[in-house]
Amino acid sequence: MNPLRRTLIAALAFAIARPLAALAAWNKEAFSAKTPGDALKGLGIGNATPSKDLQIEAPEIAENGAVVPIEIASAIAGTSALIVMIEKNPFPLTARFDFKEGALPFVKLNVKMGETSDVRVLAEAGGKYFTATKEIKVTIGGCGG
Amino acid sequence: MAAGPMKMRASLGAGFTDVRVLMTHPMETGLRKDADGKIVPQHFIQNLTVKMNGKTVIDAQISQAVSRNPVFSFRLKGGAKGDKIEVSWLDNHGESAAIEAAVA
Repeated sequence: MNPLRRTLIAALAFAIARPLAALAAWNKEAFSAKTPGDALKGLGIGNATPSKDLQIEAPEIAENGAVVPIEIASAIAGTSALIVMIEKNPFPLTARFDFKEGALPFVKLNVKMGETSDVRVLAEAGGKYFTATKEIKVTIGGCGG
Repeated sequence: MAAGPMKMRASLGAGFTDVRVLMTHPMETGLRKDADGKIVPQHFIQNLTVKMNGKTVIDAQISQAVSRNPVFSFRLKGGAKGDKIEVSWLDNHGESAAIEAAVA
């Protein structure tokens, strides 16, 4: 391949990759955090108030840690984001959902759990954070194997 | 296993549209070893976007701790038959996929 063509291809790849990267921000600092505290720091969350208006539907005991179904919903007015953290996983932060106008603060997903752990859910509403936890017991871990 | 096709169903619920989407993706954590004892490199979806009639309604960032072949359920306000729902993802290798369906 000649140098000009290589430069052109590199420039083109850069031009395509950049807007994608700009659109799709991924909070590397928070997702790389190894403790729930560091993950919160990475997300810029200081205090979170415990709330009964955050619902976590999940099995008490998950036989298979590779697929643990979790359903979360917020009844807190103005909820704009829901965050899922599995406190004892190697990297606790699991997901952050930002809900814009037109979406309800609800999500159901399957997650991997390495061991029995509290699952913490945080909601952002009007610049404030709310939180709830639920313990899920895991019989067979689903991270390595 | 490579990333592959998606499936989606959008249906009307009580005052909301229920969106259920399935993605084909290995979601490798980087902690798992293959049969030869070699670490399988990280390969996982990082970003998800849900659009309704062309407008972004949900932006999500996810980690390798989401299960293999991720399935998500979302709820969108209101909605009517024929509304267009689009879901797309982008992974840590820069691969992406999208699917579109009309509310049934």
